Amino acid sequence: MPFRDQHPQVPPRVSGRQTIEPLFLERRSYRRRRLADAARLLPLLGAALFLSPVLWFAEDGAGPGTAAGGIYLFAVWTALILGAAVMSRGLTRNEAPHRDPMDSGQDS
Amino acid sequence: MLSFNVLALACGIYVIFLFTVAFVAEKRAERGRLGILRSPLVYTLSLSIYCTAWTFYGAVGYAARSGLEFVTIYLGPTLVMVGWWALLRKLVRIARTQRITSIADLISSRYGKSNLLGVLVTLLAVIGTTPYIALQLQSVTLSFSVFAPDTPNGLDRSGALNSTALWVAAGLAVFTILFGTRNLDVNERHHGVVTAIAVEAVVKLVALLAVGVFVVWGVAGGPTGVYEMIETSPIADWRMEHGRWVTLTFLSAAAFVCLPRMFHVLVVENSDEGHLATAAWAFPLYMFAMSLFVVPIAVVGLAMLPGDADPDLFVLTVPLFFDREGLAMLSFLGGFSSATSMVIVASIALSTMVSNHIVMPIWLSSRKGGATMSGDVRSVVLRARRISIVGVLALGYIYYRAQGGGTALAAIGLIAFAGIAQVLPALLGAIYWRGGTRAGAASGLIVGFAIWAWTLLLPGFGTGAVISATVLAEGPFGLGWLRPQALFGISGIDPVVHATLWSIGLNTLVFITVSLLGFPGPLERLQGAEFVNIFRHSAGARGWAPAGVEPEDLLMMSQRILGAAEAQALFQAAAARQGKKGYLPDPTPEFLERLERELSGSVGAATAHAMLGQITGGRAVSVEELMQVADETAQIMEYSSQLEAKSEELGRTARQLREANEKLTALSIQKDSFLSQISHELRTPMTSIRAFSEILRDGADLDSETRARFSTIIHEEARRLTRLLDELLDLGTLESGRVTLNESLVVVGDVIDRAVLATANDTVRAVGTVNGLRIDRAPGDERFVIFTDPDRLAQVFINLISNAQKYCDADSPVLRIILRGSEDRLSVDFIDNGSGISQGNQPVIFEKFLRLANTRSVDGAGLGLAICREIMIRLGGQITYVPGQGGAAFRVALPRRLRQVAGDQGVADLA
Repeated sequence: MPFRDQHPQVPPRVSGRQTIEPLFLERRSYRRRRLADAARLLPLLGAALFLSPVLWFAEDGAGPGTAAGGIYLFAVWTALILGAAVMSRGLTRNEAPHRDPMDSGQDS
Repeated sequence: MLSFNVLALACGIYVIFLFTVAFVAEKRAERGRLGILRSPLVYTLSLSIYCTAWTFYGAVGYAARSGLEFVTIYLGPTLVMVGWWALLRKLVRIARTQRITSIADLISSRYGKSNLLGVLVTLLAVIGTTPYIALQLQSVTLSFSVFAPDTPNGLDRSGALNSTALWVAAGLAVFTILFGTRNLDVNERHHGVVTAIAVEAVVKLVALLAVGVFVVWGVAGGPTGVYEMIETSPIADWRMEHGRWVTLTFLSAAAFVCLPRMFHVLVVENSDEGHLATAAWAFPLYMFAMSLFVVPIAVVGLAMLPGDADPDLFVLTVPLFFDREGLAMLSFLGGFSSATSMVIVASIALSTMVSNHIVMPIWLSSRKGGATMSGDVRSVVLRARRISIVGVLALGYIYYRAQGGGTALAAIGLIAFAGIAQVLPALLGAIYWRGGTRAGAASGLIVGFAIWAWTLLLPGFGTGAVISATVLAEGPFGLGWLRPQALFGISGIDPVVHATLWSIGLNTLVFITVSLLGFPGPLERLQGAEFVNIFRHSAGARGWAPAGVEPEDLLMMSQRILGAAEAQALFQAAAARQGKKGYLPDPTPEFLERLERELSGSVGAATAHAMLGQITGGRAVSVEELMQVADETAQIMEYSSQLEAKSEELGRTARQLREANEKLTALSIQKDSFLSQISHELRTPMTSIRAFSEILRDGADLDSETRARFSTIIHEEARRLTRLLDELLDLGTLESGRVTLNESLVVVGDVIDRAVLATANDTVRAVGTVNGLRIDRAPGDERFVIFTDPDRLAQVFINLISNAQKYCDADSPVLRIILRGSEDRLSVDFIDNGSGISQGNQPVIFEKFLRLANTRSVDGAGLGLAICREIMIRLGGQITYVPGQGGAAFRVALPRRLRQVAGDQGVADLA
């Protein structure tokens, strides 16, 4: 979101302040960005899978039983946990941990 | 059968164990040895307060009644955790940067540090949490009741249970006050509490897993056996309720972020963003494990236990039924852990909110005159928190007693979820939408809160409790479209779905509409930009204008909130950063901003803002100041470019000064050498004149020939003296401007002719030798007519030609005289073929008294070129040395004019 919509009368910030997205990315950071995209989309996928049982049941019609449904849900759950584990590993690998500057003094 | 007393003893031992763990953790943290206390594992486990006693006991009961639906309570949080990169990471970063202390603080801080919003969210949280705490107390007493089926010693059973609840509440209050309000932590982190919660998380997980493993392998005979039991159980059919499935998943996701206790452990207690990455998969795994055996336990309980057994207590009663008392005890402790950890964190979070958003503002406004007055604010805040904790727990206990442990409490969990989810639109708007305004957030919250209360909370107390049966059936005052469970005439929906749909829907609608129509204040816009763009720039625009703030007042106030040593260290560091010594930094906007954040870490954003506002005279930021900030930036940029220009100018001046100094030094040396030169020049002829005149006076016997020779020498020397003195006089006259020019029209070639002739004669006569200087001329080019003083111009030419004769060191010296005329200027170049004048000497050759070293001439006193320069200035022209011409090259430039210029005449007249 551009900074200048803060107030019509405030002059736009100097360009150095705005993040200019690089047009060309080296392969690794490109991968990392796509991984972040995937991490944002993962909950949507999860929601779709978790909510899809709703579609299995017609109005008051019979669907799969509790046991089979449970197995489906726990399978999706496992897949999500594994997916999140892989992605968060990839996302944090290249990133130095962001620590609170206030805390650093207490570490010593 | 375990006796009530054994159970109480076990409970007591467990509580003492928890106190010890918290105490040791607190001690370790004090000594700075955090180690495992701040590992992702502890963080993940602390999130487990999401699984309260309601889910520990209730999930099995839920499953026994409606099958798989219980799992939605875990699915929502799983989605939130898995999507940490999009939401939680941003929340944590914002909370860290802005020193957020609670969910109410976040909302209030984002929407212009509004205390109204803080109060609203706090009230909502208290109303939503109190029944929840009552639910925890109920579950603990219920679990006790399992072990005390018959009253020992003939005591009243419900009285014993009530006193149990009271004891539990009191014990929790003591624990929470001890470890939750030990100090006013700047970061609002409680290591002791978090560690104790992590231990409790392990206990409840192990307990539930143990019961589950026992049920699956000990009773049902392995996974396949369980599968068959489920197939044949009353809940074998999945009775899917579409609306509830979706709504509950959504509600649990919303509540996971918005519940005060969850926000506290998830965001406020987070010490490292990296922990989120681990919790993103580890906490879903925890919930996965917690719910894995729920259905098997429910199925086994339904199959084995008598029909009147409470499904909510299957976790306890199933092991007891099979005489596994140890397992039952573990399970009991698991439930106890679930209840206590939830109550502890919830009361800490609530007390922070109550003290920061309700007590402190009242306290502040009750003492007008300001925050600088004496008295330790810290103790006030801590006392407020302690009283709030006791108050919250007391409310919970009263609620529990008022409900009489009725079944109505069971529904409270979902009601609380729906209530606290009203914060969600404002929260999401806070961090993703810069257009959200305070008015929008407040009206959305109020609308959502009202609808939630009307459609879910009040009917939830039971028909006839608050809302009468007629109102429920026909609406208030007979207005059918306002029926609590069928708003706008849409009936037949599950109450929770109905309430959630209307409250969240209208809440969002009102929030967006009012935000779109309204206009946010400057502080709202500043904070909005900070929150939404948190990853783009962490240091944003300033919120304070330093107008007449006394740093001493600030220090006094800060000491009372942060503590003397901490505040002084903060001020000293700030002063050092400004390059000052001592404890009082200048109250720059940057410093005020930073100070406010530090303070808000202790007392909340709105209170910190208000306190700072009192000292700065209530001057927060205004639109004008915002624009000033922008102007300031422009001014600073302009100023820096000016500075740059100035420094460049300074550099130029310094260079010029250096050159002038070099010149002066050289001049001074020249003068010294000239003085000795002139003395020498004057002395040599004087000496010979004196000597020869003495000989003439004393030597009467000299012949006439010798006498004549001596007289000639004396005459010659006298002439030299005279010439020298003439030159000096001439220069003096020229320099002082007392010179009369006899200007007329002349042909330049004629003047050169005269000069060449004169030098030839002069050279022959004075030196006695012809130097053999050849002069190259192009007579055709010399027919320029100018209006000038021919005598003076000739004098310049003569000087230049004789210089060439004297100093040109070539074997066959040649002097070229080249004339060039432009429209208004005429230049005459004198170029010889000698070695020229070295670069170092070029700047000084036109100075007086100069005679270059290594010249073979002894004649002249070095005044020639100086005289030339003065003449040329008088004639309106100039003489310059032209380097790079293959020898010494002088250019005489003259204005090309044919008659007197009026101004020049004036000068001449004056002269």
